[in-house]
Amino acid sequence: MPDDDSKKNLAEHSGVSRRDFLKISTISAAVPLVAGPQTVLAAGEQVPVYGPGKVPMALTVNGKRCALHLEPRVTLLDALRDDLDITGAKRVCDRGECGACTVLMDNKLVYACSVLAIEAQGKQIETVECLMENGKLHPIQKAFVDRDASQCGFCTPGFVVACKSLLDKHPNPTPEDIRRGLSGNFCRCGTYAGIREVILESSRTTKGA
Amino acid sequence: MSNYKWPDRNTRTLIGKRTTRVDSSVKVSGQAKYTYDVKRPGMLYGKMVRCPYAHSKVISIDTSAAEKMSGVKAVHVVQGPGTQIHWAGDEVVAIAAVDERTAEDAARLVIVKYEKLPHLVSDAEPPKGAAEEQGPLSVDDLEDMLDNQVPDRQMVQQIQQYGISFKPTEDLLKEAKDDGAADSVIEAVRNATVHEGAATRPKPYYQKAAAIIQGEPDKAFSEAEVIGEGVYGIPVITHCCLESHGSTSEWTSPNHLFVHMSTQNVSGIAAQMAEPLKIPASNIRVRQEHIGGGFGSKFSPDRWGIVTAELSKKAGGKPVRMMLERDSELKVAGARPSAFAHVKIAAKKDGTVTAWRSESWGTGGPGGGGMPPIPYVFNIPNQHKEHTAIRNNIGPARAWRAPNHPQAAVLTMCAMEDLAAKLNMDPLALFQKNLSITGARAKNYAEEFGIAADLMGWKQKWHPRPAAVPTGLARGVGLSIHTWGGRGHNSDCDFTIHPDGSVDIKMGTQDLGTGTRTAILVVAADTLGIPIDAINLQIGDTLYPPSGGSGGSTTIGGVSSSTRRAAVDARDTLFAKVAPALNAQPHDLECTNGTVSVKSDPSRSLIWKQACAKIGAMPVTNRGKNPDRNKPPDLTNSGVAGVQMAEVEVDPETGIVQVKKMVAVQDCGLVVNIKTAESQCLGALIMGISYSLFEEKIMDPITGVMLNPNMEFYRLAGLNDVPELVVHMMTGEGYDERGVIGLGEPPVISPGAAISNAVANALGVRVPFLPLTPDRVLSAISQKAGA
Repeated sequence: MPDDDSKKNLAEHSGVSRRDFLKISTISAAVPLVAGPQTVLAAGEQVPVYGPGKVPMALTVNGKRCALHLEPRVTLLDALRDDLDITGAKRVCDRGECGACTVLMDNKLVYACSVLAIEAQGKQIETVECLMENGKLHPIQKAFVDRDASQCGFCTPGFVVACKSLLDKHPNPTPEDIRRGLSGNFCRCGTYAGIREVILESSRTTKGA
Repeated sequence: MSNYKWPDRNTRTLIGKRTTRVDSSVKVSGQAKYTYDVKRPGMLYGKMVRCPYAHSKVISIDTSAAEKMSGVKAVHVVQGPGTQIHWAGDEVVAIAAVDERTAEDAARLVIVKYEKLPHLVSDAEPPKGAAEEQGPLSVDDLEDMLDNQVPDRQMVQQIQQYGISFKPTEDLLKEAKDDGAADSVIEAVRNATVHEGAATRPKPYYQKAAAIIQGEPDKAFSEAEVIGEGVYGIPVITHCCLESHGSTSEWTSPNHLFVHMSTQNVSGIAAQMAEPLKIPASNIRVRQEHIGGGFGSKFSPDRWGIVTAELSKKAGGKPVRMMLERDSELKVAGARPSAFAHVKIAAKKDGTVTAWRSESWGTGGPGGGGMPPIPYVFNIPNQHKEHTAIRNNIGPARAWRAPNHPQAAVLTMCAMEDLAAKLNMDPLALFQKNLSITGARAKNYAEEFGIAADLMGWKQKWHPRPAAVPTGLARGVGLSIHTWGGRGHNSDCDFTIHPDGSVDIKMGTQDLGTGTRTAILVVAADTLGIPIDAINLQIGDTLYPPSGGSGGSTTIGGVSSSTRRAAVDARDTLFAKVAPALNAQPHDLECTNGTVSVKSDPSRSLIWKQACAKIGAMPVTNRGKNPDRNKPPDLTNSGVAGVQMAEVEVDPETGIVQVKKMVAVQDCGLVVNIKTAESQCLGALIMGISYSLFEEKIMDPITGVMLNPNMEFYRLAGLNDVPELVVHMMTGEGYDERGVIGLGEPPVISPGAAISNAVANALGVRVPFLPLTPDRVLSAISQKAGA
């Protein structure tokens, strides 16, 4: 019967039968977490299972290692804001649409609302807060100030990080680079005109250097 | 008495120049703390159980499972059994827990049973005969009108026409005044005919106000040489503030509350929370450093703000934070009323407009709403206007930047442009021809038309409408004009000079991202001749003297005027103390470039610090207070003129509209800071492009819920939608001497009409309703082809 076959296939491929799964759930609920995560055999590999309760984790944020105790379902954004009090990245849409929570993860732009904190372990997380050096604004931040590229400022940290990443990758961005690089961030006050000038000015600066 | 008058153009050091926004650095570095960022010790997280139905009655609520859940610290029923709910997303039960996820889990355990009731979420044209005539007005009707910012004249007219269903006691009148009713409205209520007991019947969906007639419209239409005709409209949109509404409340003692709130109205929140919480307003401290957008939607603590205090009380005073999720923000935290109309305009062959007729309708949600001020800016001599308000279940409306004006601009300026097309006239010529009926600012419009036309290249770009829809990419230009009041609000400013030369300013105002902090410092530093960074400005706290809410473009007038007064008084106090040391009279002194010196002999001078040392041991504080609003303002004024032009490119194959260029020429009296003023105009143009092309609160007629409560389907303009933008601020003679006038609202009024007109010019066909989405454009094109 097709049903039986598919069940069998599932069991073979995942390495977990329904009965095993129930057993594992019971065990993981009973075993204290300090013993480390329970593992299950999945696709021929031992895969750790975390949660649903709080588990220890460690994040490297702006060069600092931070130990945390969080449920696996906590997003990187909430961990930054609620547990580490790093609030530059903003929570606006909380579903990867607006870019207000943009941060760098191993030098790659990500929406912190759409990454789980547990997945961000072992990666270098950089937020807008780390761009200043010795109390001095990064040239891109300085350009935001000079060009009046923020109004209410709620989208600004996300834009600053996105602009920096764009210019790091494309020191002299083409209009297409700019289009692609900044299409993931929204502003409500309408500061785009200033932001575009920031990019043009910063790429000129780079050219001059 | 001191002379507070603004300094002359040639002696100003900062006022009217370009000053960099003072709080940019903290914003670009992520240091700025918004209400959403405030984390108080031991803070709990609040979540709301919201009603999923557009119209229903709460039958029963079972919170027992949620209450038993570990980590849940407070459960509060917001609207109990028996309550009628009038829009989807309304608040039913609130929960506070140790973290947000626990609160969410607990909210899911709450079981609410509802009885579903019939709903209406459409704001399509009312079916013929469906509208009921307005009866005597109840207190609720008046409150709805105030909430929907129905223009004063209309309110007065309706009160006189229909009377009221309640006794107008002094308490009620005072309450109405506190809610923002104009004196003319209060007088009308006081003198209205009272029909007691008339308010008990249920309110109909469609309510028609009496026709408003001016002059002799019928005669004018019968004598008209040309009649322009069309249907136009602008839908309900949301505010979509990036920082959602919300607050953190904590009881610091059994009857003292400390609130952090995202608000446009720091000084006005305590009074609104006092009554429901039954504590004196003086026991409530409200604080806000930065706000992530308001746009007219954040004047009240809202039900959820009161709820954070209730939850905190139940949780032993622990701080409780509740910020709305994005979907709730778009569903319940504010929307702009829609407006639609069939319009006819009568004119002579030379373009002189003689009469206006409109049948309009629109919704402001459960309150219905009023008619926008049409015909807009052009006070056409003969008018016949009928309006039907639709009371429906889409959720409440709130003031949205320039309440009622963007709607009025679309209904009027699009009809004017269609009339021009019928007359084979350049719309710019038609607008200029009728300048005399624009009122007090006619001269300003005339000047602005010339500048805008040059900046746009109107002469080269405008063309008569094509006879047939073009087959390839089509370009067109359009224009619109607007006005706004914008006189300064009440504002108190405490200005302290310390013996060591340091200076403090304390004001209970707020900076919405408009540059209020910067403007206050520009005025203060210019007045004292010291640098901006020598002044310590503190705002956003009820510990500081009260300042009005930031609405109606009243903040810049309010704060610049009270700051100027306080600074002049502080300066004069200082002069009196310093004069003997300089062997001069106080009125012989001036302060410039960080010194206090004798005007006639600048060699007799003291540097700022030395001068301040003469104050004595104690600092001196002066309070600046604006003159009573019944008196004519001295440093501020009311009434601005603005002209905008748009150029678009439309693809008739896909229906995609791209704005290619926009020009805004704007007056706001004396500009305090050109840099931030320009930014505000640029932002308004972008917001205007956003609502012209993309924004609409889309309701599902069957389920009654909003279909796009998120940021992928409630689309805002992005960087790539922004074209070349040109802003020109009117300054100098004819403008500066009028005093400071607000700028927040005016530049966001015209983009909808200007862009719609540009599309009509490009295609030769009117796309009647905003937003100008591809489906609407293609449908207008195919209707023309089929005609």
